[in-house]
Amino acid sequence: MDINVGFLLISIVKIAALVAWVYGLLWGLGRDSLSTKCVAVVAAFGVIQLAISVAPGGIQIFSDFDSGLLFQACTMAMVALGLNLIYGFNGQFSLGQWGFYGIGAYAAADITFRWTNGDARGLLVVGIGVILIGLVILGVRRFLQQYTGVPVMSAFTLYLIGTVAAGAVAVVIGDLGHTVVAPLFGSQGAPGPLHSPLVLQVVFCLAVLLAGVVAAEVSFLFGLPVLSLGSDYFGIATLGFTIVINTLMVNSDTILPFPEMKGGRGMIGIPKLTTWFWAFVFLLGVIVVMRNLLQSSTGRAILSVREDETAAKVMGIDVANNKLLAFVVGSLFAGIGGGVYAHFIGFLSPGTFDFLVGFNPLIIVVFGGLGSMTGTLAASFGWTFFLEGLLRVILGQLGTEAPTWRFVLYPIALLLLMLLRPQGLLGTVEWGFLRAPWVPSRFRTDGNKAASPPPAA
Amino acid sequence: MRSNTAAPAGPMARKPGSRLGWIGKSFLGLLGLLTAFILVRNLIHDPKLFLQIVISGLQLGFVYALIALGYTMVYGIVRLINFAHGDVFMVGAFVSFYAVTRFQLHVWPAAVFPQFPDALVVVIGSLTVMFLSMVVCMTLAITIERVAYKPLRDAPRIAALITAIGVSFFLEFFGALSFVFSPRFIPYQRPFEVVTWYIKDGVHLVSATDAPPDGSITFSNIFLLIALASVLTQVFLQFLVRRTKIGKAMRAVSFDKSAARLMGINVDQVISFTFAVGAGFAGLGGVLYAIAYSSIWSQLGILPGLKAFVAAVLGGIGSIPGAFVGALIMGQAEALTMGYISTPMRDAVAFTILILVLLVRPTGIFGEPEKEKA
Repeated sequence: MDINVGFLLISIVKIAALVAWVYGLLWGLGRDSLSTKCVAVVAAFGVIQLAISVAPGGIQIFSDFDSGLLFQACTMAMVALGLNLIYGFNGQFSLGQWGFYGIGAYAAADITFRWTNGDARGLLVVGIGVILIGLVILGVRRFLQQYTGVPVMSAFTLYLIGTVAAGAVAVVIGDLGHTVVAPLFGSQGAPGPLHSPLVLQVVFCLAVLLAGVVAAEVSFLFGLPVLSLGSDYFGIATLGFTIVINTLMVNSDTILPFPEMKGGRGMIGIPKLTTWFWAFVFLLGVIVVMRNLLQSSTGRAILSVREDETAAKVMGIDVANNKLLAFVVGSLFAGIGGGVYAHFIGFLSPGTFDFLVGFNPLIIVVFGGLGSMTGTLAASFGWTFFLEGLLRVILGQLGTEAPTWRFVLYPIALLLLMLLRPQGLLGTVEWGFLRAPWVPSRFRTDGNKAASPPPAA
Repeated sequence: MRSNTAAPAGPMARKPGSRLGWIGKSFLGLLGLLTAFILVRNLIHDPKLFLQIVISGLQLGFVYALIALGYTMVYGIVRLINFAHGDVFMVGAFVSFYAVTRFQLHVWPAAVFPQFPDALVVVIGSLTVMFLSMVVCMTLAITIERVAYKPLRDAPRIAALITAIGVSFFLEFFGALSFVFSPRFIPYQRPFEVVTWYIKDGVHLVSATDAPPDGSITFSNIFLLIALASVLTQVFLQFLVRRTKIGKAMRAVSFDKSAARLMGINVDQVISFTFAVGAGFAGLGGVLYAIAYSSIWSQLGILPGLKAFVAAVLGGIGSIPGAFVGALIMGQAEALTMGYISTPMRDAVAFTILILVLLVRPTGIFGEPEKEKA
């Protein structure tokens, strides 16, 4: 068995270059002026795009396989960032992230699949339903705020009834709307204006965002009762959630009324509406939203819940509310990641959303460092390339056993990490943009002033 | 969700939420009524089929009980959800597979003592196979405990949980390598013949000439074996925990680790012993599961393991009779779902039960409320 040393070296260089790229992007985003930020983003995109499209001497720097990996790394980064918000920053050990990823993927795929087949109901029902359910949730919250110590089951029942009612209304309105819009799709021979590529791109973006919100609303309903459990019970309950979602996917054409998802055979014919460009854009959005959330007062509240729940409660922080917020936002990111993923691959199978695969984001978060966005980003890119690219090719020499060997090696890596460096490779280090913002010294309560000894009174 | 601080409870105190308790209770009540309705309707419609399903559920439940014991004992002592337990179960099944298929261990008495009657050979041979599996599983569990869990005993609980998941993965995928077990489903050769009876106007033996008539309830010697093993295990464990010195030590460690150490109990040894006992029963369960369902593969342990964990939570984690009762309920729920709803939904039902139990009564049926947060 001979390992191609040249390939090995190139792969290591690629991984190093990608980590450097992440650093550069974050550094550029961290500049003060808006124009520098924009230039940095465009440059970061351009560098990768160049590496994909330019082939000096006939050798592609980034092959098609690599650009696929890059895409995968971007979606994985979204999922892992969401998980890091839940587990790393808020301390709630969740194994349900993969379920929300699956919900997002299937929801977005269903919307665009129906749209390309001349059926606007997917977009209309989900769009209207998401808005109505959001309103209902806010209304019920307002209603429940009149009471203290509402039993969790009662609150859950109220939310559930409201959601089901709003969903039913949305289906009725969506059906009506579809009959109005249907002529615009045109016939088989002469596609109407709604089939134009521009409209499709808009529908794709809407579908991805809606998929994220669907995942977020499901996570609200699920998290409301379950988040009150202790740490490891919560982990098991969310693992159960992933398994239940996977079972529902397998039965989507028999138990759920979605014949186009084709159950266990896998959903085919999803329009491939994206390259890695959209993954990059949505990833940027996720990074910016999450960074701003974490550095707001809400973010500090979320962090304080991780550090010590009792102390946080004493400081007047609504612990349950903050846990729920982190869980919902984390699931939103996962749903968006899933929505983008579905339109790159064009095929969804329940096997992709199996809970065993769902440990991947957890491993990325643990490797990168609990409570470090930079670590998660670097680990997403590094891990995907290492595992899928490098290891697959090296182990590919072992024949069909290669995927199994990967899964044999990474638990060992995980065990060693847990024993030797439980805080993750990067700990809580943050780079550039993600570091806490610079505060002018006159607003500072610590730092330089605190470093010098206080004048004697 | 703008406000991240609780609204101040001043003199304008809000209405007590306990007034809304009826909503959640009636929701759960409706859910229970619906389940009861489905069950009773099917029982009246076809009682024979219902009983047949209950028997298959019992068989499943007894196997889950064997696995759930390990979960509940380990959790009771070190507060760790031992994810790798299900994979120890899988290893037990595979050890018996190799013992039977490769080494013909189940017929060794016939080779050594040719004068033994066939029935005695089968009994001794099968018991040897089960015993071998139990011993291998015990060794494996002690190794896992020493290598992976012991260094993390004072680390946060989640670190230990992630390690447990890692060990579980390692066993599953290491087992899937072709030179270890195999990534494929393997047909399992039973160490003894299946004998089936049917009940219709008394118990009759099913034979080639006497096929079971329509509408009769059948059961096999495998069912009897599993039920016997499970109940005996239960009795043995009760005896072990309540009446022996090591059982007393186990209870002491479970109650307060550091105080137990001060009393001169070797805590590490007790923990290893607990892992070994649980793994031994999981190994036995693995052999019985393989005998009953006659097909094994390297990821066999994941779902039965998780469901046994659900059973342990349902019965009240840390409680040994609770694990038994919870496992029987889980077996029934799964078999009834397979019979009356759809086969793939069995996993969904198991975890729905878990979530409901955790919401309604987190301590389970037999559990005592936790005295102190670990």
